[in-house]
Amino acid sequence: MERLLLVRYGEIGLKGRNRHVFEEKLADNMRAALADIEGAKVNREYGRIFVRLEDEGRTGEALERLQRVFGIVAVNPALRVPLDLEAIREAAAMLVRAEGDPPRTFRVSARRAYKRFPHTSQELNHLVGAYVLRHVPHLTVQLTDPDVTVTVEVREHAAYVYADQVDGPGGLPVGASSRALLLLSGGIDSPVAGWMAMKRGIELHAVHYHSPPFTSERSKQKVIDLCRVLARWSPAPVPLHVVHFTEVQKEIHRHVPQELGITVMRRFMLRIGERLARRLDAMALVTGESVGQVASQTLESMAAINAVTNMPILRPLVGFDKHEIIQRAQRIHTYDISILPYEDCCTIFVPERPATRPSLAAVEAAERAMAVEELVQQALENVETLHVEPAPAYVGA
Amino acid sequence: MAEIYLDNAATTPPSAPVIDAVHHALATAWGNPSSVHTKGLEAERVVTEARQRLAAALRARPDEIVFTSGGTEANALAVKGAARARAGRYRHIVTGMTEHPSVFNACEALEEEGFSVTYLPVDEAGRVSPEAVLDALRDDTGLVTLMWVNNETGALHPVADIAAAVKRARPDVWLHVDAVQALGKVPVRLDQVPVDLLTVSGHKIHGPKGIGALFVRSGVRVKPLFGAGTQEKGLRSGTENVPGIAGFGAALAETMTRMDQAAARMRALKELLWERISEAAPFALRNGPADPELTAPHILSVSFPGLKGEVLVHALAQRGVYVSTGSACSSRRRTGARVLKAMGLDDRRADGTLRLSLSAATTEEDVTEAAARIAAVAHELREFAVF
Repeated sequence: MERLLLVRYGEIGLKGRNRHVFEEKLADNMRAALADIEGAKVNREYGRIFVRLEDEGRTGEALERLQRVFGIVAVNPALRVPLDLEAIREAAAMLVRAEGDPPRTFRVSARRAYKRFPHTSQELNHLVGAYVLRHVPHLTVQLTDPDVTVTVEVREHAAYVYADQVDGPGGLPVGASSRALLLLSGGIDSPVAGWMAMKRGIELHAVHYHSPPFTSERSKQKVIDLCRVLARWSPAPVPLHVVHFTEVQKEIHRHVPQELGITVMRRFMLRIGERLARRLDAMALVTGESVGQVASQTLESMAAINAVTNMPILRPLVGFDKHEIIQRAQRIHTYDISILPYEDCCTIFVPERPATRPSLAAVEAAERAMAVEELVQQALENVETLHVEPAPAYVGA
Repeated sequence: MAEIYLDNAATTPPSAPVIDAVHHALATAWGNPSSVHTKGLEAERVVTEARQRLAAALRARPDEIVFTSGGTEANALAVKGAARARAGRYRHIVTGMTEHPSVFNACEALEEEGFSVTYLPVDEAGRVSPEAVLDALRDDTGLVTLMWVNNETGALHPVADIAAAVKRARPDVWLHVDAVQALGKVPVRLDQVPVDLLTVSGHKIHGPKGIGALFVRSGVRVKPLFGAGTQEKGLRSGTENVPGIAGFGAALAETMTRMDQAAARMRALKELLWERISEAAPFALRNGPADPELTAPHILSVSFPGLKGEVLVHALAQRGVYVSTGSACSSRRRTGARVLKAMGLDDRRADGTLRLSLSAATTEEDVTEAAARIAAVAHELREFAVF
């Protein structure tokens, strides 16, 4: 009998010929997540991924890490036993006894994938169930909503028995999709957008536009801290590119009518973001925009902003209400950082009455007074890149 | 580019003897002063010596000193502790509109407990007058709490006159003075000024953070904020912060022996600083009393109307000059303008205010160079001013 963690993954099972590539990526990401748990081994065997721990005392810690590996649907701490009815029965009874809260009701759910095993799924339910009933006191069978369900999977090489399940985050393993560049402000939305992009397997880089002295060192630190949280879901440090944006802000202030300032600023962010993305081999930009939330996020405004680039812009929050975004931000632990009151450049140069429906013609006319290309070039020469390591996570985070 | 630190009202760099004293207390005198054995005695000696030093500095008695975690706790202990101790007969407190947030918040908390509080206005110079205090006294006034030196403007309140006037009119009213910004800068002589409670803090005089003290005049009984231990005469339970106390003691030894000289130097340098700034940036305005004798020697409050104080601070930090907006304690909470507005400053002027604060370590070169950088930054940022 062997203890291990049986990892289930959903979507990547559907990916046809690329399947093994995805599985290998997932296994690699799991190895990265478990890197500092000594003696943790991740193996792909028989179309499954298993984790073995040298020190079983660290199971809880390992499970907690695996909950932040995209691509994992669920993890079951399981017992692997030979294809032998007695061994299966003993494993089942052991698991029920080991449940922290002594269960009063249970059922057995057997699946015989290996058809040469002498007992059918139905028979196994009865044979294993009867054994558990005989050997664990104060227990009754209950088929719907029991305290504990013992699952038995019979496969060609062995049987797996488990009673517990921890849900993973779902999605695709990070790196399974290509790279994208997240426009990360200090606000609530953009970190959530980045998280959702990562969930779809995107390898994330982040760019932040920093405008000292109009924005503070602390607002930059806040963005680093947000990146540290996002990095918990990443198999590698998240690169954060800090663009020195002060000159652009000053030139906008000098030449652009106040009500168009934000539109022009966002256009510069996209222009610089696109060039930076190409330099980084990133295929798309990711933003935290959601339709109609603020003046700069009306469709008219988005159109005027979007006109500067052909690069795909992913807006994972487009269908979310504000409270849904906040809930998600709370769940991934970016919210408490986002609401710290340091000004970012979206709030200090904000005009009293920004245009809600800026026309592209007006915006382009306003930009004619600016040396656009020169400013973009200058900003791109002034990029500081940090490789942001994950923030320590507390158990349950 | 040399760094210039002009934020000494926020905190001061610990001096070498302070660091040594803290180190000694951590490495050698690490015992618990309450332990009866040698290790305890060793630590107790450190605490006793610092207590004697502070008592001497204030011209008080060692048993009138209660060590706390800092100025904020000492203020809370004084204000809440005094009010609660005499709540049966006295339900009214008099304070100023420009007090430190720790006193202001303590007063607000007491209002929720049913006390009534009078917040005295200040004049254009930011000072409370003895007459205003006398006018505010009621039959049930039990406590007057005022600061000696304002932490944002350097305004020096006429504490000696207020104390004398209050005691003459109503000897039963207790007087608490927050002297955090006064210690080491102006003479604080409790044998001459009849205050009952007085707050001081270590890290404003080159001591460590996390240590302060409350002077409680013999015969005055305040209620502890928490606990019922035996340390600090029951007023402050918990094992003493021996390293902090040791560092505070070392800081006092240094600061108090050369205070008069140092204060005179700081005052001269402060005037030079203002002179240079106002020459190079004539649009700058000085806040607080015009008469140098009515301000503390180390704090200069300057407004650049239309500019944002926070932006000025960041721009100066980029050039190696470290200063604060109106008040470091409140600049992140957007309540920074409470004090400046109480002095009659409008929003534009209050928002564009810098607090420049010196220490005994500040040099003439620091001051002239800082003035040049401040003026240069102010000129550059005027393009982005709000008018």
